[in-house]
Amino acid sequence: MLAMDYRGARRVRAQQKPMPEIQHPRDVIVRVTRSCICGSDLHLYNGAVPDTRVGTTFGHEFTGIVEDTGGAITSLKRGDHVLVPFNIACGQCAFCLEGLFGNCHESNPGATAVGGIFGYSHTTGGHQGGQAEYVRVPFADVGPMIIPPDIEPDNAVMLTDVVPTGYQAAEMAGIQPGDTVVVFGAGPIGIMAARCAWLFGAGRVIVVDELDYRLDFARQYAPCEVHNFHTMKDPVLFIKKATGLGADVCIDAVGAEAAGRAMQSVLGRKLKLQGGSSTALHWAINSVRKGGVVSVVGVYGPTATMVPFGNVVNKGITIRANQASVKRLLPRLVEHVRSGIIDPKALITHRFSLEDVSNAYRIFSSKLDGCIKPLLIPPTAE
Amino acid sequence: MIPEDYKKVPGWGVDADPKNDPTYPMRLRDPDLPRGLSWKRPPLQVATVEILHSNERPGLSAVFGEASPPKGVSGVLRRYAFRHSESAYRHWLPLMAADRIGAIEGIFEDLGTGRVPNIIKEKGWGAEWKFNRKAFATRILLVTAVAGAGALAAWVSIRD
Repeated sequence: MLAMDYRGARRVRAQQKPMPEIQHPRDVIVRVTRSCICGSDLHLYNGAVPDTRVGTTFGHEFTGIVEDTGGAITSLKRGDHVLVPFNIACGQCAFCLEGLFGNCHESNPGATAVGGIFGYSHTTGGHQGGQAEYVRVPFADVGPMIIPPDIEPDNAVMLTDVVPTGYQAAEMAGIQPGDTVVVFGAGPIGIMAARCAWLFGAGRVIVVDELDYRLDFARQYAPCEVHNFHTMKDPVLFIKKATGLGADVCIDAVGAEAAGRAMQSVLGRKLKLQGGSSTALHWAINSVRKGGVVSVVGVYGPTATMVPFGNVVNKGITIRANQASVKRLLPRLVEHVRSGIIDPKALITHRFSLEDVSNAYRIFSSKLDGCIKPLLIPPTAE
Repeated sequence: MIPEDYKKVPGWGVDADPKNDPTYPMRLRDPDLPRGLSWKRPPLQVATVEILHSNERPGLSAVFGEASPPKGVSGVLRRYAFRHSESAYRHWLPLMAADRIGAIEGIFEDLGTGRVPNIIKEKGWGAEWKFNRKAFATRILLVTAVAGAGALAAWVSIRD
């Protein structure tokens, strides 16, 4: 089968690989119909995530048709069209039982800090991803959801990560009616977080980024105020002046590859001496009001990351962060898509055949051609 | 004071929940749920290749991926890394080094199977040329000039 293949930092290609096989009674094999490239895949692509091995296939946002089922699977059958949450969850460990499906303890031998994720390095379990014609889906009796007939395929694939992660960013922020919410990052997750902030009753939503085309998109889609930090001398000072005491809530939707502060970029992005450049998190901590909430869905590496923690203590800030618990959120989010409150497919700006994966990654990574969200279509999709 | 206009955003406030306090979803904790490593484990996947596991857990998780098992020099480094906890730089830095070495090993692996990797295509430079030509060409010229100057300096110093 054809699959994306990682060859080293900023080198990927499409190549033939062996078909995946059932390896556990709760597995299914899925023929992929759609697969997105996530902004967090770019951390892998750029070589920022430890234990990203040559020969692995990325892709944790995908939909597909069930082709084969393990002996213990009764909830799915061959031919079902499913959307597959990005996290792999057993449904019976202590964390899954708490609804923390992003923190399953039975799907990742490589690290205890994070559960299993499709195609996201051996630090999240060494599972092959969905940027392929076929993929093995473990614990398929827990994660995958049969796509309701009234949910369009492009919306379904966005429900595997982008919508739940953006929504959970707003949910974790504990937004109260009237709150001012500042979102750092106008990528797909940041745009979705800004959109979802309104659902929790925000009174003002501000998005900060460095790319005008993305800010223009966010202004239309969310809808919200947008600001390019390159036009500000000091983004924190700007937010303080714009909000009086600071934002009630700040959301970091950027993560490890943030631009904007030279020292962070050198230490975190170039030298990789910390778990990424924490510029967005730094700004979030310093821009939120005393007693406010900082919600983090931006992905960082597992090593130490430099942030102004003294200010967290002195301001009495609550920091909340996690990988999205997709399964927990899906029922509510499907309702929102169905009612038209959220229109996820509008974020998809580019479609590529799987064979063109090298260019797709480059265009997304280098922010070329107005790219917001790229979708890969395998040759066997139809 | 909430501006009335914001309330016209489709869906405004539909998920507002004053009980959404910062401890959610920890509040889902049920005193009857298992504590510690005491849950009934799923059936265990049988490893057919070498799987490294964190030394912060007693063994493998119930399922895991078998992609790219450790091998070569990078594999030696990865085995060393997994002797140290996730809290140690001795875990993560060797893994980062192993990733870089693995990329070089991958090129030799390609060559060993008679495949010459098309690195220009793999790096997506075609897309850069199509959508970002001026900046891309400038970068290439700059890198070539610096490399050329370095090579010239080296040649002069060797000749002298």
